[in-house]
Amino acid sequence: MREVSLTRTGCRRERRGRPVACLVALAALVFGVTAAYAVDPTQLPDPALQERYRALTHELRCMQCQNEAIADSPVSLAADLRREVRDMLLAGKSDEDVRNFMVARYGDFILFRPRFNARNAWLWMAPGVLLLVGALVFVRVVQRRSALVSEDNEPLEEDART
Amino acid sequence: MNRFVLPLGLFALLAVVLGIGIKHSPDKGTIASVLIGKPAPQFSLPSLTDASRTVRSTALRGRWYLFNVWGTWCGECRAEHSMLLEVRQAGVVPLIGLDWKDEDADARSWLAQLGNPYEAVAVDREGRTAIDYGVYGAPETFLVNPQGIVVYKYVGPLTREAWERQILPLLPTRQAAR
Repeated sequence: MREVSLTRTGCRRERRGRPVACLVALAALVFGVTAAYAVDPTQLPDPALQERYRALTHELRCMQCQNEAIADSPVSLAADLRREVRDMLLAGKSDEDVRNFMVARYGDFILFRPRFNARNAWLWMAPGVLLLVGALVFVRVVQRRSALVSEDNEPLEEDART
Repeated sequence: MNRFVLPLGLFALLAVVLGIGIKHSPDKGTIASVLIGKPAPQFSLPSLTDASRTVRSTALRGRWYLFNVWGTWCGECRAEHSMLLEVRQAGVVPLIGLDWKDEDADARSWLAQLGNPYEAVAVDREGRTAIDYGVYGAPETFLVNPQGIVVYKYVGPLTREAWERQILPLLPTRQAAR
């Protein structure tokens, strides 16, 4: 609420020719609102746990609204999954335990950072393989051209005459 | 001629890779279940229709059943309800319901009003069993075989087409299922 009233004053001033004040107020509005509307109020007792909780809930996909992390999603399934993360962390489980729990139920798709496995191995390898192919092609082209130059050691003028 | 072979080959390879990608891309955002071919997660939950009873997954062993996740808050569940009643009518395979994150009173009046297609309904107030099943929206329907293995999953309101073309062919003949 406070941010909104700030902006109002700021923008009224802007109309009288003070754009900077408006921008500052607008920034306050944007960032203030983001904080005020944070979906997840969960607080864990230990700051280290809280940080792990924050990181995990940001790397797990909300399966209902598939381009959002469970940390940012207001749907009830995301809240349930956050509760699972919280409970597992409080029970002393590792980050990997939490990820495994989620993958066992929802598949790799739930991870925003996909893991290396047999099915996607070719995808992970592809850039390296392509780079290697490119390098080989480059070497061959350079070799061919340098071969051309060494064969063609006649003076330039002779070339021009033919 | 020779100089075209490599680019053409690469193009063909790319076309094949992208073709496979398109062919296997999930239909309308449907996510393939990791549960197919795996044991159906265990649960032991209160029964919606009889507060003194518990619905246990272990008691369902030894026969085929459809496990249907629904809730009164879910509009598409209303849309599929008549199909569920048809499935019950057909009598080929029993329906076990999972009332997901719902109010018991609402769910009971829903069944009283629309008809009850379920042999039993388990109440999942906390939504933990739904998470165990990898449910990401309602309705979802799982086909479980007598060994307790999930054979098939259908996401969204069950259609006659899915019932006739996907589920029925997976079931043994009528007599054997009974």
